[in-house]
Amino acid sequence: MADGGRRVLITGVSRFLGLRLAKRLAEEGVADALIGVDLEEPHERVYGLEFVRVDIRSPLIARVIEATRVDTIVHTNIGSSLTRFGGRAAMKENNVIGTMQLLAAAQRAARVAKVIMKSSAAIYGSHPGEPSLVPEDHAGSQVRLSGYGKDCAEAEAYARDFGRRRPDVQLVVLRTQQVIGPTVRTGMTGYLSLPVVPTALGYDPRLQLLHEDDAVEAFLRTVTEDCRGIFNVAADGCVYLSQAIRMLGRVPLPLPLPAALIGAEALRRSGVIDFAPDQLAVLLYGRVLDTRRAKQGFGFAPTYTTAEALEDYRDRRTEVPEPEPRPHPTWERELFEYLKRRAALREGV
Amino acid sequence: MGRAEVTRLDDWRSQARLQADERPRCKATTSSGRPCRNQALPGSAYCRVHRPASEIVASGTPARSARVGPSEGSSETLERLEAFVRRRLAGDYRVDDFGYDEDLSREVLLHLARPVFERYFRGRALGVDRIPDAAAMVVANHSGTIALDAVMLQFAIAAYHPRHRVLRNLAADLVFRLPFIGPLARKSGNVVACDDDAFELLRRGELVGVFPEGYKGVGKGWRERYKLQRFGRGGFVVTALKARVPIVPVAIIGAEEAYPMIANLKPLAHVLGLPYFPVTPTFPLLGPLGLLPLPSRWLIEVGEPIDLAAEHPPEAVDDPMLVFDLTDRVRDTIQQMIFKNLQLRRGAFF
Repeated sequence: MADGGRRVLITGVSRFLGLRLAKRLAEEGVADALIGVDLEEPHERVYGLEFVRVDIRSPLIARVIEATRVDTIVHTNIGSSLTRFGGRAAMKENNVIGTMQLLAAAQRAARVAKVIMKSSAAIYGSHPGEPSLVPEDHAGSQVRLSGYGKDCAEAEAYARDFGRRRPDVQLVVLRTQQVIGPTVRTGMTGYLSLPVVPTALGYDPRLQLLHEDDAVEAFLRTVTEDCRGIFNVAADGCVYLSQAIRMLGRVPLPLPLPAALIGAEALRRSGVIDFAPDQLAVLLYGRVLDTRRAKQGFGFAPTYTTAEALEDYRDRRTEVPEPEPRPHPTWERELFEYLKRRAALREGV
Repeated sequence: MGRAEVTRLDDWRSQARLQADERPRCKATTSSGRPCRNQALPGSAYCRVHRPASEIVASGTPARSARVGPSEGSSETLERLEAFVRRRLAGDYRVDDFGYDEDLSREVLLHLARPVFERYFRGRALGVDRIPDAAAMVVANHSGTIALDAVMLQFAIAAYHPRHRVLRNLAADLVFRLPFIGPLARKSGNVVACDDDAFELLRRGELVGVFPEGYKGVGKGWRERYKLQRFGRGGFVVTALKARVPIVPVAIIGAEEAYPMIANLKPLAHVLGLPYFPVTPTFPLLGPLGLLPLPSRWLIEVGEPIDLAAEHPPEAVDDPMLVFDLTDRVRDTIQQMIFKNLQLRRGAFF
């Protein structure tokens, strides 16, 4: 594929990763056309980005792909933020059904030559018996996945099917480690910015993160480089959770395990941190990825190690974070879903 | 009564003895009335045990100053401690990809293990300098109910090896599941026993420690003491062949007596999800106190490295019969080292 002449479609363009990638693609001028797709408009205008409001879960996405004549699809619209999606059910709907619909549409479009999909390190789960550096082909049979990790596994299953049916398409799956940086807001940044950081007593996992710039750069590289396959994307090195908390100048609060779980649930419900409950295992056993394949495959070269990413987050965090669009207040959506469930229940009786 | 004559079984050992004989012996008489057999310290007529107090004050402590550790003045120790605490509170230290925390290991854990090995177990380590400076795989026998032998071997190599190498033991995942012990095991350099980790560590030039007997070794009964169990399925040989590194056989004597396991409560182990539930003379009889190991006398002997890579091409990995043969060879070597040392030792505790 020659440079330039690319027509790129980005899903989840209103979110951090999608928007930053759109900006970088526009800067680099590697794309002839840049189409962004999401439910809400991005909070910032990007020169050269054409925004289309469409739900990737609807068949309408097929028509967008057809009409815009894109050849590269970057699917970043897979996330673990419960507040953003408004509940676990909606999150799963977005992650799994969205991917399914999008890939079905992409399969029909003969022009599509490359599909890049964001997956997550959550797919490996977290288990004390895992290798210290998890490689891509690690089966992870010891782990029963739930929540976000399961979403990723199911989305990747659709990607596999897609790759089988369209062998001519370069399919790239990036399993990204938890992202941190001065502007991005994730469950991890929320957790680490608590004044007193609760941890599980007797557990101290190794923590591997990914700087936001390196995450964006990894996606940019997969667009421009000739590559295919599944890649782990993470910063080099790791730190211990206790060390990370100290580096940020916070105080760890080790709680006995049952109390820690109750505390985590309370924090999550109160909206202080946006952490999928199934991701708590990472705070017990940790998970560090082997990124050699990405380095060889598409020249992934992270500029920040995990420790440096944390330091950058600590030093530049005071900048105003990029606002994430929030479609509805969550309580409203929760109430609506509750009423719907009640109604369904009553009908059932 | 004259000096006890010990049969010379091993060339290396007898050579060492000949060399040692050239040095003068301690002039003191032991409490049992025999002449002391320890070598005299340089510049003194007595050994370290029998040296009169007046001499110690005069000559300082030459035997101790060569060691790694807080042997300096107390103010220096305090300063070091303060710097350590400051680093810990700021998170200003590095850990490697596998979780080895050098700062914690060298500054704290090594000093905690030293009195256990040197004073409590009165341990000795022979031939530690045979461990090469490059990547190598240390293979040792496993015994003693809880894997204290792995910790002691790690200490012996870190303390007595000329380069103070870190032994990266491959440990069962049960270890990493346990609170407190799991993170501590990781920080002191141990990793989960899996091919990926072992190979990657060797590739990076690390020293990997393997206990191929696994649970069968630590969980065997008192009757089976010092009888090597099956050496796994030879996975360690495959990894060593693949990584082209030598295997260093190690015999650990004394761990069996530290926790003599007289019974195994299998149903209880099953309920608790453990590989075995040990009953020792003191545990669970004395409760937590029973966890204290008996003060057996320890000896760690490092054997001559076996360079499999020089003898066999990398394709040898695909020949299971050869792998089994090599596994047996390593096992026999260690078993012989154990028998030899058992014959030589005076008693398990004294």
